[in-house]
Amino acid sequence: MKTLASTHHAFSAAQRQVDLLEDPANDAPHFADRLRDAGLGTLTATGLDTLQVNLGKMCNQTCVHCHVDAGPDRKERMSHAIMEDCLLALDRHPFKTVDMTGGAPEMHPDFRWFVEQCKAKGVHVMVRCNLTIILANKKYHDLPEFFRTHAVEVVCSLPFYTADRTDRQRGEGVFESSIKALRMLNAVGYGEEGSGLVLNMVYNPAGAFLPGSQAGLETQFKQVLLRDHGIHFNKLFAITNLPISRFLDYLMKSGNYEGYMEKLVSAFNPVAVEGVMCRTMLSVSYDGRIYDCDFNQMLELPLSNGSPGHIGDFAPAALLDRVITVGRHCFGCTAGAGSSCGGAVV
Amino acid sequence: MEKTYYDPKDLKKFGQITEFQKELGEKFFSYYTDVFREGALTAREKALIALAVSHTVQCPYCIDAYTADTLEKGCSEAQMMEAVHVAAAIRSGASLVHGVQMMNKVKELTHG
Repeated sequence: MKTLASTHHAFSAAQRQVDLLEDPANDAPHFADRLRDAGLGTLTATGLDTLQVNLGKMCNQTCVHCHVDAGPDRKERMSHAIMEDCLLALDRHPFKTVDMTGGAPEMHPDFRWFVEQCKAKGVHVMVRCNLTIILANKKYHDLPEFFRTHAVEVVCSLPFYTADRTDRQRGEGVFESSIKALRMLNAVGYGEEGSGLVLNMVYNPAGAFLPGSQAGLETQFKQVLLRDHGIHFNKLFAITNLPISRFLDYLMKSGNYEGYMEKLVSAFNPVAVEGVMCRTMLSVSYDGRIYDCDFNQMLELPLSNGSPGHIGDFAPAALLDRVITVGRHCFGCTAGAGSSCGGAVV
Repeated sequence: MEKTYYDPKDLKKFGQITEFQKELGEKFFSYYTDVFREGALTAREKALIALAVSHTVQCPYCIDAYTADTLEKGCSEAQMMEAVHVAAAIRSGASLVHGVQMMNKVKELTHG
């Protein structure tokens, strides 16, 4: 698997993805129209609880479904100055959580410094960890201990509880490495009841289908991972794949695009709109630009209404009740039980 | 007139059977929805049973629908195929068990 950027794929340009998703020849309804038809008006923010920071696109893995088009060849990473801007934003507004993502955020040379600075400001820090990074190089082997020391919430990702389906999505040997990494996290107390060290797991379907009941999937993952591997974790977050970047490319190449979009649209759940993540978060890209969510960031869909677009110009008052930029990809977050970085929303 | 008996697009029209008989169609869909709710069996267990039965009744619509449904409910490929084998075993066993009837008849008609 190669990144779209390395092959100069058409979808490495965000605009080409937007053109396809918003193609006027497509019969699918527009998300904004669907909201209006459901009596929900426009989608607006309700606050700013989470600052999600994408530290860069570099990753030790090249997963088939990646909406970031991350991979070992991606060199884009956040500068130290922009990290300082993010820290200043924490002074200007009482964010509750900093959610660090990538790529593999741990590969950023200032990752540990950034975690320490955020913790020093008293915010909750969560890191989206792909697990295999912990074993990718000796310098990462102590990450579980680092996470424990700073009481970082670890949100790891594991596509499935079997090796074959996980490796098909993430690459040969990923399941085995992930299991080893989970054992290392468990060994320092993560996922253990009463330890206060939170290890949550993200599941996203390995193909053109939606996630089922989050509770049912959590039960299944917990049973199998404990029985077969002795692994504990706290919660499972079931996340829907959005038709963006490499997952969009997969949908097109496999002939599943139309059917998948129909599924997302027909599963539209007005109740899920209430809890979508963009209403309470801000997403910062490696270059400091700010977006309503991680998906809008990847599609380079700017904030609406002329809101300031860079974390260096962060002014919370203008963002607290902003109108959120939407597109057909948003049907991914409102299908069925809904989907967010924290899993189902209803 | 369609040139094939089965068209995947027809599955989406299933709900339209109420067009010719509203009351019975609505009763069916209400019953169907209730059957697949979590109960003494989990929704996941019911989906695996449905996948197996889909193969027994050889309904292509059902096979498509319950393959997607079992995937969505977190079933592994091995679990899905074992469910199909259960269906196949019962189906083949149902044929084979009639061999006893054949044997009984043979013994009735021939010298012991």
